[in-house]
Amino acid sequence: MVSIDGSTHENSLVRVRDLNKVYRRGGETIEVLQGLNLDVERGEFVAFMGPSGSGKTTLLNLLGGLDTPTDGTVTVDGDVITSLSGRKLTSWRARHVGFIFQMYNLIPVLTAYQNVELPLLLTKLSKAQRRKHVETALALVGLGDRMEHYPRQLSGGQEQRVAIARAIVTDPTFLLCDEPTGDLDRTSAEEILDLLTELESEHGKTILMVTHDPLAAERADVVLHLDKGILVEAAEGTTVS
Amino acid sequence: MKFLPFIFRNLFRKKTRTILTIGSIAVALFLYGLLVTIETALNAGVDVAGVDRLVVRNKISLIMPLPLSYQERIRQIDHVSEVTFATWFGAIYQDPKNFFPQFAIDTESYRTVFPEFRIADDQWQSFLADRQGAVVGKTTAERFGWKVGDRIPLQGTIWTGTWEFNIRAIYQGSRAGDDETQFWFHWKFLEESRQWGKGTVGWYTVKVDDPDNSLLVSRKIDETFANSAYETSTETEQAFAASFAKQIGNIRMLVLSIGAVVLFTLLLVTGNTMAMAVRERVPELGVLKTLGFSDATVLFLVLSESLIIAAIGGLLGVGLVKLFTLGGDPTGGMLPMFYFSPGEMAVGIGIAVAVGLAAGSIPAVTAMHLRIVDALRRV
Repeated sequence: MVSIDGSTHENSLVRVRDLNKVYRRGGETIEVLQGLNLDVERGEFVAFMGPSGSGKTTLLNLLGGLDTPTDGTVTVDGDVITSLSGRKLTSWRARHVGFIFQMYNLIPVLTAYQNVELPLLLTKLSKAQRRKHVETALALVGLGDRMEHYPRQLSGGQEQRVAIARAIVTDPTFLLCDEPTGDLDRTSAEEILDLLTELESEHGKTILMVTHDPLAAERADVVLHLDKGILVEAAEGTTVS
Repeated sequence: MKFLPFIFRNLFRKKTRTILTIGSIAVALFLYGLLVTIETALNAGVDVAGVDRLVVRNKISLIMPLPLSYQERIRQIDHVSEVTFATWFGAIYQDPKNFFPQFAIDTESYRTVFPEFRIADDQWQSFLADRQGAVVGKTTAERFGWKVGDRIPLQGTIWTGTWEFNIRAIYQGSRAGDDETQFWFHWKFLEESRQWGKGTVGWYTVKVDDPDNSLLVSRKIDETFANSAYETSTETEQAFAASFAKQIGNIRMLVLSIGAVVLFTLLLVTGNTMAMAVRERVPELGVLKTLGFSDATVLFLVLSESLIIAAIGGLLGVGLVKLFTLGGDPTGGMLPMFYFSPGEMAVGIGIAVAVGLAAGSIPAVTAMHLRIVDALRRV
């Protein structure tokens, strides 16, 4: 169940209340998000659509603790992340969020294995335990045989799969995807969307995805539209106040 | 430790730039090490000079002689335990570039005043028994391949003609900085053979009973010979060695000045490399922070790169100096103590590490303060 009316839902994994984000450039004030409310339950796959500048990426950044709101609160699994200090927010991010970017954002000097291992370097896992986790994650995305390949030796679709493996290797609470198919051809995009759908349906992952692509949005359980910082409409199955 | 492979991968992503930076640091440290070695060699006498020994020379100049009769008069002064003398001989062995210091010494007292030079007793007795005998330092003996029993001809420059000596003993210093290049022979042999300057010596070395009495004794000596034809100037051996070294110039100041310029240049070179490395990797640093790398960890990663570059360069530079100095004095005798000590090596590496820290600190702090959303926007 996803709602944007701000009514109380006991089972919400993600709860956003009266979220505002204002940028000031020179003398100009830009209200990117205006009093946004959102509730997402565990195991949902939600897509955010909207024109450029509507605030989709800003919303994703706030949900992932990459940015701080001007006003309002974001609560994830009981943690009010908008009131966490910088250091606590960093460690919260490492434990609870898996990020998937449009441009994959892999480290070019590291192999697929080493890229996926990166988030695990921040844990207390032993080298052997890290290896087990990395191999499992890469096998899940179908790249068990590409572990020693560098990003430049992989196709765009394969790079994005490595990025997905990196995002899920710590078993985060939810995945945030920013245009995950935006830089891929149709076939590769379908493969990535299949993978995301599998992560949700078979592994119970909660996925919040920003996309311009209607075909990508179709894979989500719920599609929300953002326009000028306001959630103005919702697709079927969404409760709107 | 688990970050080390990641740090090294980043370090060599621009191999040419990293290697050139390491090379710059190595060259700078090599220059530093060489300057320090030269400075140490020039001041070697100062470092090992006895605190309980005074040097008495002619007040006008070191090259002006003093009468032999002063030895007994100095001995009469309170707190003087022994007096010896020497005269600079300044001869040439085969070629002027084969320089080594030669002294005509008072064989009866020299060993008592300079106990740091070790000579086997049988060799010393053999030297005393031979009027043309000579004692040579281990370094000079090895340099020319001399051994006990060899006959050595020297070409006189102050007292002309060919002077022949028999090597009867080889001495060794008992401390790291002791000069092992000297050549001693009997002053009496010089006295009976020279045409002029008879009855004089070059300088006296006075051993006092207690270093605390050095000032008192030196004043008393100079007072004793005041208003005579040969007035004296007495100072501690250390002050004498220091003023001797200063004749070449203020080497320490020169070393410090050049060293400071070199280090400042190093700072700019390394700082520029690290600034470029961080600038190129802003989006990647943003990704690391997104994944949960803390500000402190990012600071550590960037600083580590800078430190590793500096440490490798420093080790290379210092290693090259060590290799260079293992070959011994490159001037053929002007710098007998041409030696790069472990302490100076440690200082060199310490300087490199400090430069690495300083050069990496600004880029590292910049990386630490990067806002994730700004960094990711640059993808």
